Order: sequence, then structure tokens, then C-alpha cells
Amino acid sequence: MFEVSKDEIRYRPRPSPLPAWRAWSSRYHTYLLAPLTLIGMVALWAWLVEWRAYPPFILPSPALVWRKFLSMAAGSLWLHVGVTLMEIALGLVIGLSAAFVLGYLLGKHRSLERIAAPYIVASQSIPVVAIAPLIVIWMGSGLVSKVAVTALITFFPTLVATIVGVRSVDPDLRDLMRSLRATRGQMFWKLELPAALPMILGGLKLSATLAVVGAVVGEFMGATAGLGYLINLGRGVLDTPMIFVAIFMLVLIAQALYVAVLWLEARLLHWQR
Amino acid sequence: MAVFVAEQISKRFVDGPRPLQALLPVSFEVEAGEIVCLVGPSGSGKSTLLRIMGGLIEPDSGAMWFEGELHHAPNTAIGFVFQKTNLMPWRTVLQNVLLPIEIQHKKVTDADRAHAEALLATMGLKEFEHAYPRQLSGGMNQRVVLARTLMQRPRLLLMDEPFGQLDALTRERLNLELLRLQAAQKITIFMVTHSIPEAVLLADRIFVLSERPGRLIAQVAVSLPRPRTLAMMGAPAFGEIAMQVRRWIGETPDFDDSTQNSRAVETLD
Ligand SMILES: Nc1ncnc2c1ncn2[C@@H]1O[C@H](COP(=O)(O)OP(=O)(O)O)[C@@H](O)[C@H]1O
Ligand SMILES: [Mg+2]
Repeated sequence: MFEVSKDEIRYRPRPSPLPAWRAWSSRYHTYLLAPLTLIGMVALWAWLVEWRAYPPFILPSPALVWRKFLSMAAGSLWLHVGVTLMEIALGLVIGLSAAFVLGYLLGKHRSLERIAAPYIVASQSIPVVAIAPLIVIWMGSGLVSKVAVTALITFFPTLVATIVGVRSVDPDLRDLMRSLRATRGQMFWKLELPAALPMILGGLKLSATLAVVGAVVGEFMGATAGLGYLINLGRGVLDTPMIFVAIFMLVLIAQALYVAVLWLEARLLHWQR
Repeated sequence: MAVFVAEQISKRFVDGPRPLQALLPVSFEVEAGEIVCLVGPSGSGKSTLLRIMGGLIEPDSGAMWFEGELHHAPNTAIGFVFQKTNLMPWRTVLQNVLLPIEIQHKKVTDADRAHAEALLATMGLKEFEHAYPRQLSGGMNQRVVLARTLMQRPRLLLMDEPFGQLDALTRERLNLELLRLQAAQKITIFMVTHSIPEAVLLADRIFVLSERPGRLIAQVAVSLPRPRTLAMMGAPAFGEIAMQVRRWIGETPDFDDSTQNSRAVETLD
């Protein structure tokens, strides 16, 4: 009965396949680019150390850092990685949960947001580094204070993203759901959550990388284990290779978290592409 | 029998910078199987009236009856097609069409899926079931909206300028298809439109709202035979009814000029 004219069709159910190698390279050339740049940078670093003959405590060579890594890996490195990972994980769980719940409430109720906004902004205008000593005084120098600093730093980006996301829900879709007599639960699961997800995941990306900063700042304030503790220790005894190893571990953790969010995005937002 | 009765419905918005009387008390009846088109200048309260009829906002005064029962909240026997295409971009066409079933029955049976696929097929969208809305044109998406609304098997269809964002040709085609569908399924339609020719082409009666605050100033009967065709738009009776409606509205500049539509008729027939 209804007819679709040719010019209306923008969608092709089955796209013509690219030649295999072109499909592969267009898909993976960005993934190749990253390791190649990395190799280039390490080479540059090695050459710089060679050329200027820096002493190891100023700038150790890549080979020296690698040997340091191997000896630490045989020792207590993984314990410190584990401690920092634990702080990051707990901090993320707490910070993000709080951000989702509060963000949803503030996004839904403008009056609540008007009350809370000044405090949230004020709390964010103070650098976490400045609050961290207070947190340590209140919560001690154990795991709790690190988790608290991490939670605090991861909280804000996701909070703002959640508020914006909930706000961005199309009012016409809200009306549609109401005209279908959707329950509160259906409104949340079938409309608000999927509609806000792109924004929330954007916030999550920021939070995930900041989590590493939070854990290290917490550990700087006094700790007996963790990658931040290793950095502090290395500084004290001028063991620069150790600092490098710790930093690289932090970079790896941050990368892994970032990639995890990208993976989530690819899984949950496939409709966007 | 009147499917829908409105008695002294009025609305005043008080949440804006200053209170705004959108709708003065209006009363009307809509008969079963009838098509009523509502026209009026911008801001005359057409959308507001429709949203009140759909139970989406509360009127300040008056009462409504749907199929003989007092009506004040959304009812799934009343389908709503909004001004803007409101599909969920994260759902495929088929998933969008199945939404009313998911909401009402919590789960989707094979029969529902077959029904949805059949509806999409009659809309000429068979091979687009698994496409996402952004991959389709405006006209196709508005058909998906129509299919989604029909999925809930409405007995009354409220439509707010449903094809207003489409080009004139697509719009005419969809109007004719809507007429056929309405005749086949005996649905009652209450449609807001911006275009007088469209109203005359579709309606059994045309309701005219005045400038804000909206009052129901006329109910013009359209005595053209059914089924309606685009060729009728050239008939003298068509022009007379259009003129009559236009006189009621007055010289409101933001109305579609009928010349544009009569040109479309020439190119089509
Ligand atoms: N939720 C609202 N709050 C305040 N004013 C509104 C609201 N909805 C509509 N209005 C106002 O009511 C009047 C009628 O609006 P509407 O029903 O959308 O008119 P129409 O659909 O005929 O163009 C307009 O002046 C509009 O600005
Ligand atoms: Mg309107």
C-alpha cells in the first residue's frame, strides 16, 4: 500500500564489501600507528641518553628502566600495582555510583540542582591535592583515605555528564512514554538510561583516567604501598629508574581503563555509527 | 455515537514569565470513524488542546469523555502522533514499532513481531526493519511512527501536524495513505494541521481555533464525497470550503498558501 520512492532510500541493507586488505587496513591502521609511534619515541629517548650521556639518576636509558622493571617484577612490583589498582577500583565504584545517583536526581529535579550546584562547583574549584591532607587527617593514611580521594576526583565529571544526559532526554519521547502509560521503571530503563548513555560514557572516560591521579595523590600523602609510594620512595633515594617503572605502570593502568570505556561505548552505542 | 466529548476545556499556563491563557473553554464532540482537522493560527493552542485530549496535561476546567467514560489520563486506546518525529535513535525500526507492546504487555510475542512486520510491510518498509532511524529519510521515519502508533491498535488517533516537516509531495502521498488506512481500520482521527487544503482534503469537519487565547470559533462541515482524491483539490466545492475556513481564520500570514498545494496537484495528476 505504501511506497518508498528511490530518493527516499539512504539505507542499504547490505553494503558492498571492500577488498579484504583495504577493509583490514582501514580498520586497523590507527591501531598500527600507536605502537609505531611508541617505538619511535623509545628510540629517540635511547638516542638522547646516549648523545648527552645523562647520568641514570637524571635520565636512565630505556634499557636500564627495562632491567629495573624486570628486577622489580621479580620482587614486590605486583604488590604495589595491586594496591593502587584496588584503590582505583574501589574509588571508581564509590565515586561513580554516587555520581550516577546524584546526577540522576539533580538532572530530574531542577530545584534540587539549584540548591546543590553552588556546593558542587565550590568543591570542584579546590584542587584535590589541597583537600587530600585533610582527608588523610580524618580518615588515616590507610586504604580508606586513598579510596576517598579517588572517589572524590572521579565523582565530578560523571556527575556533570549524568545531569546533562538526563536533561537531554527528548521531551517528545517522554510524552510518548507517558501516552503509552509507561511505569517509572520503564521510563528509566527504556528511555532515560539509553538516552543519557552517550553523555554518561563521555564523563566516564574522564573519570576513568582521573582515577589514576586520585590514587597517586592519595598515596603521596603518606602510604606504605602502591605506585605513588614507589615514586615517593624513588625520589627519596634518587632511584630514577624506579620512578620511571612506576610511572609506566600508571600509564598502562590509565590506558587500560580508557580502553575499557571505549569498549563499553562500542558495545552500548553501536547505533550511533 | 460520539467517541470523544469535550466539555468546557480550558488551559492557562502559569509557569512562564507571566500567566498565559492558552485556551478559553472549548466544547465539541467527535463522532466514531470521523476525521476532524483542527486549524488555527500559530500559538492558538492547538497542540495544547491535543495534549489535553491525550491526557498528557491537565485542563484547568471542564471534563472529557472517551467512549462514554470520564477521561483525564493517558489511555492506550488513544494513539498520539507528535509534531516532531520521535523515534528512539538507539532502537531499530522494528524495535521502535514494538515499543508500545513492550510497555503495555512487558514482553513481545511472535504474534506481535509478525504484526509489526506486517504493518511495516504495508508501509513499504519491509527491508528497513533492522535499520536505525537516522539511516532513513523523514518521510520513512514518519511512517515508522505511524506503524508504531497503529501497533497499539488505537481507536482514536490524535495527530499534531504529523507531516508538517515533510516536503509537499511526500506529505500528500502520506495523507492519501492515511485516508486509506483510516477507511480500512475505522479509526477516528483528530488531526492538527497548518494547511487549510490538507484539512479540506482529509476532514469530515474542520474545527477552527481563534488567535490566542484559543476559542473554537467554527466547525466547518466538508461535504466532499469519499474516497477523497487529489483531483478534488481542483473542484469548485473544494475551493469554497477552503475559502470559508480561511475567512474564519482571518488574514493570518503564517498560513500555507493554497497555491503551493494546487501546483503539487498539477504535477502529480
Ligand atoms: N508548557 C507550557 N508552558 C507555558 N506556555 C506554554 C506551554 N505550552 C504552550 N504554551 C504557550 O501556549 C500557547 C499555545 O501553544 P500551542 O498549543 O503550542 O499552540 P499551537 O500548537 O496552536 O501553535 C503558546 O503561546 C505557547 O507559548
Ligand atoms: Mg503546535
